[in-house]
Amino acid sequence: MKTLSAPESMVSTSKNPRSIGSTATADEFLVLKDVKKSFPTPNGEYVVLDGVNLTIKQGEFICLIGHSGCGKSTLLNMVSGFSQPTAGTVKLKGQSITRPGPDRMVVFQGYALLPWLTVYENVYLAVNAVYPDKSKGEKDDIVKEHLKMVGLLEAMEKTPPQISGGMRQRVAIARALSIRPEVLVLDEPFGALDAITKEELQEELLKIWNNSRNTVLMITHDIDEALFLADKLVMMTNGPAAQIGEVLEIPFKRPRDRSRIMEMPEYYKIRNYALDFLYNRFAHDDTAE
Amino acid sequence: MTIAQKRPTSSGFALDAKMRQRIDDVLTPVVTLLILLAIWQFFSLFNQNLPGPIRVVQETWKLILYPFYDKGGTDKGLFWQVFASLQRVAIGYTFAAIVGISVGIIIGLNKRIYKGLDPIFQILRTVPPLAWVPIALAALQQNQPAALFVIFITAVWPILINTSVGVKQIPQDYTNVAQVLQLPKSEFYFKILFPSALPYIFTGLRIAIGLAWLAIIAAEIVMSGIVGIGFFIWNAYQNGQVSEIILALVYIGLVGWGLDKLMEWLQSRILPGQR
Ligand SMILES: Nc1ncnc2c1ncn2[C@@H]1O[C@H](COP(=O)(O)OP(=O)(O)OP(=O)(O)O)[C@@H](O)[C@H]1O
Ligand SMILES: [Mg+2]
Repeated sequence: MKTLSAPESMVSTSKNPRSIGSTATADEFLVLKDVKKSFPTPNGEYVVLDGVNLTIKQGEFICLIGHSGCGKSTLLNMVSGFSQPTAGTVKLKGQSITRPGPDRMVVFQGYALLPWLTVYENVYLAVNAVYPDKSKGEKDDIVKEHLKMVGLLEAMEKTPPQISGGMRQRVAIARALSIRPEVLVLDEPFGALDAITKEELQEELLKIWNNSRNTVLMITHDIDEALFLADKLVMMTNGPAAQIGEVLEIPFKRPRDRSRIMEMPEYYKIRNYALDFLYNRFAHDDTAE
Repeated sequence: MTIAQKRPTSSGFALDAKMRQRIDDVLTPVVTLLILLAIWQFFSLFNQNLPGPIRVVQETWKLILYPFYDKGGTDKGLFWQVFASLQRVAIGYTFAAIVGISVGIIIGLNKRIYKGLDPIFQILRTVPPLAWVPIALAALQQNQPAALFVIFITAVWPILINTSVGVKQIPQDYTNVAQVLQLPKSEFYFKILFPSALPYIFTGLRIAIGLAWLAIIAAEIVMSGIVGIGFFIWNAYQNGQVSEIILALVYIGLVGWGLDKLMEWLQSRILPGQR
């Protein structure tokens, strides 16, 4: 792992700029250790990730950024349990992750709502699966509470094809949060949305997260999005055999106000630093050579 | 100004056009039918063995007017003949649907079973209904169960194959949801698998109803002494009543068309534009 440090001025406000690899056990909530992932191909083994080390504290909001195809989804799939590392370990609270489970709920890239169920039923399906022993009334309350949180109480009898893309993403988020996952995994959740809806949803997500404070792992292609949302920005190097290139602390105090943080000089320092990382130091192959 | 003036006229024209379209939709097939009947009538003038449409109606008007008569045995009105055939279709088809859907789900979920059985099914499904008749009669000895078997074996393949394809094509997204939530088996079947495969299942059911109707006519023709539209045709042929055969063909066509429309209607009711 390359532990290139960020410029002095930028990390000065954060307490522990290199908390990655921290040894305090309470901080070792989600730990990826020497993770390697390769896929067999007709031309031999294709190594996507090699030597990935990352330690995440409980309640941290992590954004993952890197060029297309570098292995971000591959990395998240090992956290959500859809695939296992070829070598190395991925552990949640000291336990190896072997399969998907509701404690690591995923907001899928294409929303993955069931089109034949209503908005309400989609969320209820999750609540019912995770809390089978709760009474119908309690489950109903949980569903409605979360639909209210994302402002969809009125649309709850509609089906996904009847609502807009932004609303679908809200349902997916409500469904994910309704089961109180310890880790919330989001793969480019706002990628397909228009700029305004995207900003609205970012703010909603942040508001909700401020109350629940579960650990969030989110892939994004948008540096501004990461700077607004995350505690840490994890930047990946290019594949094959991609690694964690650098981890930037985002020092802005919460609750964050978008326009206010954008006025801070630090915002642009971090932003430019990240851009430099992505477009100069680890430029995409076709622009690098 | 010009636009404001144009609008009312154009919408009035649009309404008019809609009506015209409607009339056109009905009129075109009717006129076409009349032309075809005229051509048929014309050619029948040169072939005494084939009655023209006028002679058909003349010779069968009793059957047309009294579809409900029942003189016992196989001497029954066309309604009863069709009804008997439809009953067989209903029974054989229901079995085909139950077996086809459940086996289709099983092989759709299990790659190994699918691999083993799919080539066999692909071959069996091409066996024409009539080819099953002798073996059904030989094995079952009696007309009635043999007829049911022929319907079953003809209708089951499209249902089975389409169901298995539908199950195999459940989008990865949906199975991922099931995995993350660790959905219980029953929930997975009823909330994800079945609804997801339903459009495919319906396609199979719709193809199968047409085949089942086709099969029953074929089966009845060779099964003497039973009430049914297929045997009615055979009986008419043996007695040289070509007009009756033609009338029966019209009935068969109309019923087959009705069955297809019924399935289409069911499909549109159960799957309101999901895909
Ligand atoms: N099952 C697989 N078999 C073979 N190769 C795979 C498989 N899954 C992913 N890959 C390869 O691994 C690399 C990383 O894929 P991944 O989807 O993780 O990228 P990503 O960083 O999420 O990209 P994007 O930003 O476009 O979503 C790609 O080159 C991809 O082709
Ligand atoms: Mg990806």
